[in-house]
Amino acid sequence: MFDTLDFDVIRRSLPYLFLDGMSFTLMLTGLSALGGLIFGTLIALMRLSSYRLLGRIAGLYVDFMRSLPLVLVIFWFYFLVPYIGQWLTGASRPIRVGAFTSSLVTFIMFEAAYFSEIMRAGIQSISRGQPAAASALGLTYAQSMRYIVLPQAFRNMLPVLLTQTIVLFQDTSLVYVLSIPDFLGAASKVAQRDGRLVEMYLFAAAVYFAISCFASWGVRRLQARIAIVR
Amino acid sequence: MNYNWNWHIFFEPNPTGAGTYLDMLMSGLLLTIKTALLAWVIALIFGTIVGILRSLPSKTASWIGFGYVEFFRNMPLLVQLFLWFFVLPELLPRSAGLWLKQLPNAPFWTAAIGVGLFMSARVAVQLAAGIASLPRGQKNAATALGLTTAQGYRYILLPMAFRIIMPPLTSEFLNTVKNTSVAITIGLIELTGQARAMQEFSFQVFEAFTAATAMYLAINIVVVTGMRFLERSLAIPGYITGK
Repeated sequence: MFDTLDFDVIRRSLPYLFLDGMSFTLMLTGLSALGGLIFGTLIALMRLSSYRLLGRIAGLYVDFMRSLPLVLVIFWFYFLVPYIGQWLTGASRPIRVGAFTSSLVTFIMFEAAYFSEIMRAGIQSISRGQPAAASALGLTYAQSMRYIVLPQAFRNMLPVLLTQTIVLFQDTSLVYVLSIPDFLGAASKVAQRDGRLVEMYLFAAAVYFAISCFASWGVRRLQARIAIVR
Repeated sequence: MNYNWNWHIFFEPNPTGAGTYLDMLMSGLLLTIKTALLAWVIALIFGTIVGILRSLPSKTASWIGFGYVEFFRNMPLLVQLFLWFFVLPELLPRSAGLWLKQLPNAPFWTAAIGVGLFMSARVAVQLAAGIASLPRGQKNAATALGLTTAQGYRYILLPMAFRIIMPPLTSEFLNTVKNTSVAITIGLIELTGQARAMQEFSFQVFEAFTAATAMYLAINIVVVTGMRFLERSLAIPGYITGK
């Protein structure tokens, strides 16, 4: 069963897998998480704002994004981003957009919907007295959010945000549908070139498994530490 | 935007020779629903077993449950589908592997089982949380009435827990529907796949994706409405959601 397998193919392709593939995956994960968090926080603030219309728009956006499969959203943005770029820059034809930019925009817009729900829960978990005290002290809305509410909301929700980032890390593998060489894409390329599907996919699975396990173990430890502080 | 919109494209015949582009999308929608339903049945069965294992007092049982959940949660769904589709037939004995590879509709069965097992880990976590949220007295009362552990789960704990976790289960079901689209990578031409095929044949990218988007939204609305109705009719009296 295992005697026909050649695990040396993994060793031979290690530099390509990690220097090209994994660095793409990690970069995409990190930047998407950061962008998603920033946009997500803005959307959460819109949703909780006293202007009804803003809240409605933000709510619609979140519900819309959350009811679509990520694969479809990836295709949408892959074709849409060149037109958005054309509209933004005022060019005469749709601009050329690289694979990385296209998938980064996709993941930021998609994850913002999920991060915004987490931040909304975080903001709502802060007792009413805090923003009330802030405005009694003469802080403006922006100041009270910046110095009082958001830091606490962020801290309370840190474990959930990180767990969502682990999900995001796994979801970035879906850029495979655009034949982009992220970690899985690189593994698959080698697998198909050398006819070594079994070895490469087992290895890719093991790497994803190890990283996700390690990260969620870290989140669990962090959660325990934060729980004591409160 | 210099893009040639053509909404009549849906009623033009598709290049496969069987009906219009709209028929193509509808067959994709049907396949998405079929795959999602089968995956959901698998997710519920395995999720219930593992959820119960996790809530049992036995250390071994909860370790097995923990291991199961970690195994299916820490790998991307795409990688899991690849493992089932490309790797499993090679690792089995030759004859079994050959049988698997020649199975008609292999992408469909792989997708349903792969997505089902992936989702079962999530169902298990929800169910274990639901059981844990029940007051300790319920289990004690079941024991005091002379019910065995199995009977206690069957008649007391599970009916309560499932009704409590109805809202998160709704979103897990919706996730199951959405996750079937990942199976496009193993050649399942479901809704997203048909939209992609339509885009490749007709070059009307945005019409194809708009239609697929509308269909996914429709599935969502139907499921959410149906589940809300189910939730209301199954609500436990005395709980916040009950009468």
